Amino acid sequence: MNSWANIKAIVKRELGGYFTSPIAYVFLVIYLLLTGFFTFTVGSFFERGEASLVSFFTWHPWLYLFLVPAVGMRLWSEERRLGTMELLLTMPVTTWQAITGKFLASWLFLALALVLTFPVAITVNWLGDPDNGVIFAGYVGSILLAGSYLAVASMTSAMTRNQVISFILSVLICLFLILAGYEPVTGLLSRVASPQVVEVVAAFSVMTHFEGFQRGVLDTRDIVFFASVMGFALFTTGVIIRNQRAG
Amino acid sequence: MIRVENLVKSFGAKLAVNDVSFTVERGEVLGFLGPNGAGKSTTMRMITGFIPPTSGRITIGGHDMLEDPLPAKRLIGYLPENAPGYADMTVSGFLNFAAELRGLQGDARKRAVGRAIELCFLQNVVHQTIDTLSKGYKHRTGLAQALVHDPDVLIMDEPTDGLDPNQKHEVRGLIKHMGEKKAIIFSTHILEEVEAACSRVIIIDRGRIVANGTPQELKARSPEGRLEDVFRAITLPDTVKGH
Repeated sequence: MNSWANIKAIVKRELGGYFTSPIAYVFLVIYLLLTGFFTFTVGSFFERGEASLVSFFTWHPWLYLFLVPAVGMRLWSEERRLGTMELLLTMPVTTWQAITGKFLASWLFLALALVLTFPVAITVNWLGDPDNGVIFAGYVGSILLAGSYLAVASMTSAMTRNQVISFILSVLICLFLILAGYEPVTGLLSRVASPQVVEVVAAFSVMTHFEGFQRGVLDTRDIVFFASVMGFALFTTGVIIRNQRAG
Repeated sequence: MIRVENLVKSFGAKLAVNDVSFTVERGEVLGFLGPNGAGKSTTMRMITGFIPPTSGRITIGGHDMLEDPLPAKRLIGYLPENAPGYADMTVSGFLNFAAELRGLQGDARKRAVGRAIELCFLQNVVHQTIDTLSKGYKHRTGLAQALVHDPDVLIMDEPTDGLDPNQKHEVRGLIKHMGEKKAIIFSTHILEEVEAACSRVIIIDRGRIVANGTPQELKARSPEGRLEDVFRAITLPDTVKGH
């Protein structure tokens, strides 16, 4: 109970921090412009002639590759730079409460950005007769994907007080998570390695697991995958912070 | 209230704190003196639970800081070096956040924040964000954060750093006043501060305690009765011998 109160206080502070500065609004505008651009122009939403949000969700792994690390890069590096980490961690708060609180706040912020894309869902319903179950699954997958990238960004931001380094590191790791299951790469890999190896490598990719959600399938294995990426990256965040404090 | 036993901290091959032991009881104000890099901040960071010691024990009000940190941390108010604060928060938002993490809710929180604001003379800047504050105000905001839950133990790393002479005087008075009911440790470079506010002094040099006593006892060690002479004599033995 007490731990939930602590997490709540941290979530509130973090979210407040987003909206007192213009960063949050700038981010939301850029996010919505980019999703619009990819869905309608690159993804040719209208020319497809089908009532679905495939052209919307299919770009999310790439879009989030830059947008999510931009949100997460300051999580811990800013605390270290300002010295507020010393303040936060000498409060009667456990490290995991602090990590969870900060992560949840950023995740809620990303969820808000995603929710603001609702006009796309309305449009497709107005123009045609889409399967809204598939759309819902797509949104679930998208938020899980964002959470996984964010947990990686939390981990890299704990490594350094420099936000730029934190950003680049998390983009690289997330890029690996994409490419391991990206068709051109798996195609290349299958020329030199056996199909089993390709399959194992691809199993680590967010692409492999995001695909099901886009088809409207809520597969436990995919959900477990994203949950494990988040769990692992947040756990590692804790280990990094503990090691830094130990000196 | 504060009990430190055989505290050791090494960073790689460097021994930052070497076998430090002392106790501070309620009603005592302990001044922590020492040259830069002597291990004052490191010791305070270990006492407040920010960094774990390499070996040794810390208990706060009977709670072991390493085995049971949360009850120990609840008793402490801490002003870290340079008084860090969240740049984008207002003073009142920041103090409310600190009070909330200290478990204060509703009216109790409002009262606690109001009291801390009054105690640290922050009325004029309550709605300003921390990054717009002058150094003195920023420091007093850090102090207010440490005092907000009226802690039994107060640990302050250079609480008067960056304050003007009037503010220094006020903070010293505040420390002395609070010291009647709390256990206080603060570090400083200013020797007169020790005489003005402390009931006991520990001088630490290269990670070791080299002197521990009341300001009067320490002053009595020098022929002229000056704390500065004592400080120089015990913290710089090599250069002093060279003269």
